[in-house]
Amino acid sequence: MNDTGIGARVRRKEDHRFITGKGQYTDDINLPKQTYAYFVRSPHAHATIKSINTAKAKKIPGVVGIFTGEDVAKDKLGGLICGWMIHSKDGSPMKAGPHPVLAQGKVRYVGDHVALVVAETKEIAKAAAAAVQVSYGVLPHVVDVADAMKSKAQIHEVAPDNRVFNWSIGDEAATDAAFRNAAHVTKIDLVNNRLIPNAMEPRAAIGSYDTGSENYTLYTTSQNPHVARLVISAFHGLAPEHKLRVIAPDVGGGFGSKIFIYAEEVACVWASKHIGGRPIKWTAERSESFLADAHGRDHVTHAELATDASGKIVGMKVHTKAAMGAYLSTFASCVPTYLYATLLSGQYNIPAIYAEVDAIYTNTAPVDAYRGAGRPEATYVVERIVETAARELKIDPAEFRRRNFVTSFPHQTPVIMCYDAGDYPAALDKALEIADYKNFGERKSASARKGKLRGIGFSAYIEACGIAPSAAIGSLGAGVGLWESAEVRVNPVGTVEILTGSHSHGQGHETTFAQLVSDRLGVDINNVSIVHGDTDKVQFGMGTYGSRSGAVGMTAISKALDKIEAKAKRVAAAVMEAAVDDVEFKNGSFTVKGTDKKMAFGEVALSAYVAHKFNSAEIEPGLKESAFHDPSNFVFPAGVHICEVEVDADTGVTTVANYVAVDDFGNIINPMIVEGQVHGGIVQGIGQALAEGCVYDKESGQLMTGSYMDYQMPRAADVPSFKLDFTCTPCPSNPLGMKGCGEAGAIASPAAVMNAVTDALGLRDVPMPATPQVVWKAMQPMKKAAE
Amino acid sequence: MPAISMKVNGQAVCGEVEGRTLLVEFLRDKLGLTGTHVGCDTSQCGACVVHVDGKAVKSCTALAIACADADVVTIEGLAKNGKLHPMQEAFREHHGLQCGFCTPGMIMAAVDMVKRLGKKLDEDTIRHELEGNICRCTGYHNIVAAVKAGAASM
Repeated sequence: MNDTGIGARVRRKEDHRFITGKGQYTDDINLPKQTYAYFVRSPHAHATIKSINTAKAKKIPGVVGIFTGEDVAKDKLGGLICGWMIHSKDGSPMKAGPHPVLAQGKVRYVGDHVALVVAETKEIAKAAAAAVQVSYGVLPHVVDVADAMKSKAQIHEVAPDNRVFNWSIGDEAATDAAFRNAAHVTKIDLVNNRLIPNAMEPRAAIGSYDTGSENYTLYTTSQNPHVARLVISAFHGLAPEHKLRVIAPDVGGGFGSKIFIYAEEVACVWASKHIGGRPIKWTAERSESFLADAHGRDHVTHAELATDASGKIVGMKVHTKAAMGAYLSTFASCVPTYLYATLLSGQYNIPAIYAEVDAIYTNTAPVDAYRGAGRPEATYVVERIVETAARELKIDPAEFRRRNFVTSFPHQTPVIMCYDAGDYPAALDKALEIADYKNFGERKSASARKGKLRGIGFSAYIEACGIAPSAAIGSLGAGVGLWESAEVRVNPVGTVEILTGSHSHGQGHETTFAQLVSDRLGVDINNVSIVHGDTDKVQFGMGTYGSRSGAVGMTAISKALDKIEAKAKRVAAAVMEAAVDDVEFKNGSFTVKGTDKKMAFGEVALSAYVAHKFNSAEIEPGLKESAFHDPSNFVFPAGVHICEVEVDADTGVTTVANYVAVDDFGNIINPMIVEGQVHGGIVQGIGQALAEGCVYDKESGQLMTGSYMDYQMPRAADVPSFKLDFTCTPCPSNPLGMKGCGEAGAIASPAAVMNAVTDALGLRDVPMPATPQVVWKAMQPMKKAAE
Repeated sequence: MPAISMKVNGQAVCGEVEGRTLLVEFLRDKLGLTGTHVGCDTSQCGACVVHVDGKAVKSCTALAIACADADVVTIEGLAKNGKLHPMQEAFREHHGLQCGFCTPGMIMAAVDMVKRLGKKLDEDTIRHELEGNICRCTGYHNIVAAVKAGAASM
C-alpha cells in the first residue's frame, strides 16, 4: 500500500474549498440577467382549483412572468414520472395518477406546486406569489396511510380506493405450511415513522435558455444529473439531450432526497425560454423543503415469525401498508417492494417468507427513497421481531440470532436475493466483545441505583446495495439500467483526469477515487482530478444513491484503468523495443523483464501523445479510455450494531449511553471516510428512533412539523461518540472486493435503539420516535401496576 | 435605500441595503461572500454563523443595517496570509465535514467557543455548545473531535 493508495486514511482533497468557504453550491452561482422564482403552493391537502387570477400579481413592478398549469399544458410539457413499474399480484399495472409540473385542476397535498412567479428579485417574487388569487374547492382528504384505503378522499381517478398496487413476494402456501407446523409464532405491529430528509443545503435550481444556440442549461442540487437530463428530455419533452445541459455542482447532502426529478427545477428551466432566455433561480426556503422534498419511510406493518421447538426460524409473514404520498415520485414504487421485501430474510436462514405490500396514496408530500430506502424498513421489521421472538422464547437475543444465522455462501433467500459472502458470527462476536455484553448486568444495576432504566438492543442488519445488474432490475420493472461509466484521461505530462457518472455530495469521491488511481498507476494523488456532475463533461452516468459509487462507480474506473494499463504497456513496449508480454508495470514504472530498461508512467504518457516512437497504424496516439460497468450482483454489507440506552423513569428522556457498530463492507478504500459515513448514518437512525417524526394533522391535513422548531433534528448533545470496528469478507462480484457503506448506519440503528428502549422498559413495543413524551406515556401503565 | 459601511474580513466595504436586508444577504448577494450559507429560515441550523465585533452571530437573524460600522469576519476571512486557521486545519485533519454545507458555520461557532471558554474543551461542553449548529452528514462524532483538537492548537 502506498501512503495515498487503497486502505490509507488520506485526508480529503475536497476539504480545502469547503473549510475556506469556497465551495460552489447552486445558490452560490449567479448568472447575468438572472431572475428569481417563487412558487405559489397549495394551502389545502386536497382541493379542486376553480380559478387562478394572476392579474393583480402581474401588475407588481418587477414581476417578469407568472406561469400556471394552463401554460404547462399549452406547451405540452410532460408530467413528472415514476420510473419503476410494479405489477399487483393480480397482474395489473400500478395506478399512476397524473403529476403535472404545475397543478392542473386539482391540488393533492399542502405544498403542491400551483404557479411559478418570476421576478427581478426574490422579494418581489415572493410578494407577487402572495398576490396570486387562487380559488379552491376543498375536498375530503386523508393523511394517514392506515386509513387511506377506506377514506372518502379519492386522490387520483385511476385509484378509487387510493391503492396504487397490491404486490406480493415469496411462496404463500409454503409459508402457511411452515406456520401450521411451528412450535411458536411471534406477532408484532410496527409503524415506521415518516421522516423528512433535511439535507442541510435546501434544493435549488437555475434554469436558463440560450436563444442563440437554443440550448437549455440547468444548475441543480442533484445526486444524478444525467438521469435528470434524461427524464427532462425524454419524458417532459423539453429538449433533446444534446440541447440540454444539467450541472450539479457542489451539493450539500442528498440522502436520497436529491435523486428525484422535481417540479421546481423542471419549471425553472422550461420557463426561462418564455422570458427571453433570462436565467431563473429558485432556492427553497427550509419551510419549502419540509413541505415539498420527497419524504421517507411511512410504513404500517404487521409481521409474524414462526419458530420450531429448537428455536430455529421456520417462516415469516409480513403485510405492509406503504404511503406513497399524493403522487408517485421518481423511484417511489421500488422502495417498499424490491428494496424492502427482498431483505426480509435478514441475516437469517428462513426457509419460507411471504410478504404483501399495499402502496397507498395519501394527501401528503410524495414519499420516496431516503437513506437506506426500504432496507431500514426491512431491518426494522426483521430485527424487532427477532428480538421479540427471542424474549418470548427466553433465549438470549445474541444466541437466538447466532442459532439462525446464514453460515454458508452463496445463500439463496426465498425473496430473490442471493447473498454472496459474509461472516455474521464474526461480526456478532466482535460487537459483543466491544460492547462488553457479559457485564451488561452490572451496568444495568448501576443505572438502577441512579434511578435510571438501562436497556440493550441488537441489530444484525443486512442490506443489498450497489444497485444493480441492469437486466435483473429490468425484469423487475426498472425503467433504467443501473451500470456506471468512467473515463480516464491521462494527460501528456502524466497527470490524470477521471470523469465519472457518480456524483459526490459529501461522500468524498474526489479523494477515494483518486486513491484508486494513485494505487493503480503510482501517480501522486495531487496529480489526479475527479470530474463529475456536468452532463457536458461526463458522457453519461447513473449517479449516486443506494451506496453504489464504490462498488459500481469505482469498478467502472478500475476497468478503464485496466485498459489504460494495457495501452500504456503497448506504448512502453514499442518505445523500449520489447515484446508487450515482457513489459511489467509496477509502482508507477514500466520495466522489461530481464533487462534494466525502465520508463516512468509519465514518460509513457508523453510518448503516447508525442507518438514518434511507434507505428500509429498499429497503436493509436493518446492515452484515454472509458468503461461501462454493469454489476453482476448486488453487494451485501452486513454487520451487528449494539445500542445501550438509559431511560429516566421520571421524565421519559432516553439517552444513548453506548453504541457499538461492527460492519463488513468488504475491502475499504479509506477507513476515515467510511467511519464518517457510518457515524452519520447511525445518527440519522437515532434521529428516527428518538426524535424525528413528520406529523400531518388528521383534521386539517396541514404539515405540523414544518420547521426545525417542530421537527427535531439530532443535535450534537443528543448523541454520543461511537465505537466502530470492521470485519472483512471481500465482495466476490467486483474486482475491488468492495461493498457499500453509505446507508448501513441508518439501516441498522433504529432497530438497535428501539430494541434497547423496549428492553429498558420491559415493553413489547414503543412507537418511534420515542420522544420523552412518548416514553413517559408508554411507562404509565407500568407505573400504575407498580403502585 | 440607506447606504451602510462596515469592515468585512479586514476590508472596508459599503453598499446600499433595504431596511429588511439581512446581514447574510448583504454578505452573499452584495459582497459575493458565498461561504456563509443559509440552511433554514428559523435561525436554528447555524450554517450562517459569522463573527460580528468578535462575537458569533447568526447572520440570518441580524439586519445588515444593524451591523453598520461593525467589524465582521466570515469563513473567507479566517485563514491569514494563505495559512489556514487551526480550527480549519482541525476540521480537515479529523474529517469533521462531509458535504461541507454546515461547515463554515460550525468552524465560526467553534472559534467563538474557544474564545469564550478557552482551549481545553471536554466532549460534553463541545456538544452542548454546538446546540445551535445542525449537521446532517457527520453524526457530530468527528466534528467534536475536530473542535477539541482545533481548540487545543489555537
